[in-house]
Amino acid sequence: MQTTTADPQAENKLLDSLYTMWLIRASQERCEQLFRDAKVRGAMHLYSGQEAVAVGTCNALNESDRLLFTYRGHGWALARGMPPEAMFGELFGRESGCSHGRGGSKHMSDWSRGIFPSNAIVAANLPIANGIALAAVRKKESRVVVTAFGEGATNQGVMHEALAQAVIWNLPVIFACENNLYAEVTPAHEMRPTAEVVDLASGAGIETAVCDGMDVAAVEATVGPLVDRARRGEGPAFVELKTYRFRGHMTGDFKTYRSEDEIAEWKKRDPLIVLSDRLRESGVTEERIVATQRRAEFAVKDAEEAAWNSPEPAPESMYEYTSSWAEPKR
Amino acid sequence: MTRIITYAAAVNEALSIELERDPSVFLLGEDIGVQGGMFTVTTGLYQKFGAERVMDTPIAEAGFVGLAIGAAVAGMRPVVEVMFVDFMLVAADQVLNQATKLRFMSGGQLTVPLTIRTHQGIAAGGSGPQHSQSMESIFATIPGLAIAMPFTPADAKGLLATAIRSDEPTLVMEHKGLYFSKGEVPEGEYLVPFGKAAVLRAGTDITLIGFSRSLEWCLAAAEELDQEHQISAEVIDVRMIVPLDVQTLAESVSRTGRAMVVQEASKTASMCGDIASTLTEQCWSDLKAPIRRLAGLNMPVPYARTLEDQWRPSVADIVSLTLETLEQSPAAGRR
Repeated sequence: MQTTTADPQAENKLLDSLYTMWLIRASQERCEQLFRDAKVRGAMHLYSGQEAVAVGTCNALNESDRLLFTYRGHGWALARGMPPEAMFGELFGRESGCSHGRGGSKHMSDWSRGIFPSNAIVAANLPIANGIALAAVRKKESRVVVTAFGEGATNQGVMHEALAQAVIWNLPVIFACENNLYAEVTPAHEMRPTAEVVDLASGAGIETAVCDGMDVAAVEATVGPLVDRARRGEGPAFVELKTYRFRGHMTGDFKTYRSEDEIAEWKKRDPLIVLSDRLRESGVTEERIVATQRRAEFAVKDAEEAAWNSPEPAPESMYEYTSSWAEPKR
Repeated sequence: MTRIITYAAAVNEALSIELERDPSVFLLGEDIGVQGGMFTVTTGLYQKFGAERVMDTPIAEAGFVGLAIGAAVAGMRPVVEVMFVDFMLVAADQVLNQATKLRFMSGGQLTVPLTIRTHQGIAAGGSGPQHSQSMESIFATIPGLAIAMPFTPADAKGLLATAIRSDEPTLVMEHKGLYFSKGEVPEGEYLVPFGKAAVLRAGTDITLIGFSRSLEWCLAAAEELDQEHQISAEVIDVRMIVPLDVQTLAESVSRTGRAMVVQEASKTASMCGDIASTLTEQCWSDLKAPIRRLAGLNMPVPYARTLEDQWRPSVADIVSLTLETLEQSPAAGRR
């Protein structure tokens, strides 16, 4: 006899989250393999382990909202609904890529879904997010802007400028700090003057929150009210999402800076395990959980294949999307 | 109808007209609101358009230039003032890594209709090493910005208005030593198209090429060359260093066979060398002498009057280098 009274709507939503999180995980693990096989150009910054942060946050957003994130951005792009073939297309330098192959792994963009081109400068998006929010306020559009960044970005001065300006002008911006404990390969706490990341923000007089970034439901439950608050015109917020990166800073990093034990300990709290356990507890069958995973894995496989089969930019398209002042000659 | 007004008033007029005609235009910067700006450029605009259209900012250049970029991407037309060019470096990441690349990086999904106004150069003097610099070359070497360097009050108005209506990021580099210079400026809406150099004085023996304040010295030198040495110098105002009107310059240099590029900024790795080498490539068969470069010294701008006066090129420098160039290749028709 079933002991929980399942809410089918909530259950489906959690299964959707599980699907997206598996989509991210499967794509990222595939990226690691493609890098090892030397099939992609450049290094990639993978998102495995942090899936609950992006998916939980995007669950809290409306279609009209805007999202900015960094070079560790594949997970955010997928969480916001970018088709995986557009992501793979970009990684493979294809015309069909989300940025037509001009950006690559670090620059995922899809403005039709509110995705600003992901940034390879760690804190540069924060003031830009303020401007996007200011435009929405001036044009009386109901938009909240979320800008996600790693804890390493909290060391850049421009973060502090952006927090201050968001407060001064009361902008609907959520500063979502993904604390994965390592600023590239340096333990972040060694480079931080305060005990907690969130202590760096509180001096700006901004609303703050901290949450478990390994639990998708906890992320949505924390970020959601902050988004609603910002939408009501009650101001910006800074949220620290505590998470962990299962892969290196980038594909090919030496991984000497953290122990296997530490990684194993965090993997016990793998966001996919946390969510699957929650689904089991609420009575969802193992069959449905496994089927969701398989469906995501197949989608990744199909997307990768579609991307490989799409053409590279034509050499004569060299000067597309450049400034009017670019000279189309050497 | 034109009337004679100052360069600062001409900039003010362009801002006021664009604020009036397009509700998506707004201004932001340090002390530009109630105060009206350090050099009176925004006088009266806060009172006329209010705090939402003319925004004072904290002293946080990266923060507010980044904000302007975001607002531009989201459909506004911000005009951001960076109080001194020296402060542009504080916002350099936003300008050079962000604004110049967003359209490209997004595969054409975004446009950045952003105008950045700043001023540079030595004005009354005595502003010292961190408030006197000229930096156009730094911003020209990274592709993606249009860069206007107005010399006349009319161009200060017309190039700025064109910049504000452009869908791409533009840097307008005013000169603080020109703010109180006067000239004929058309009334009402006035646009100067990008990428068109202007011949300020016609001549036959040498082409003096300048931009921004260096034209003040070029024009004075041309007058002296004519009066004292019977040398006819053509003076061309480049107006924009990006895009550069090579055609107008090359046509003149091919005709005179001699040229000098005069700028206030230090010489190393700068626009004067870039323009000189471009013209050498284009006009080689017509050249009678090497194209000369006259520029600020490769050292910081000093404070003391006796030293600062030596730092930038003078009218006398232009005259003597012209005479030297003419000696190398005497002009056939010299009066």
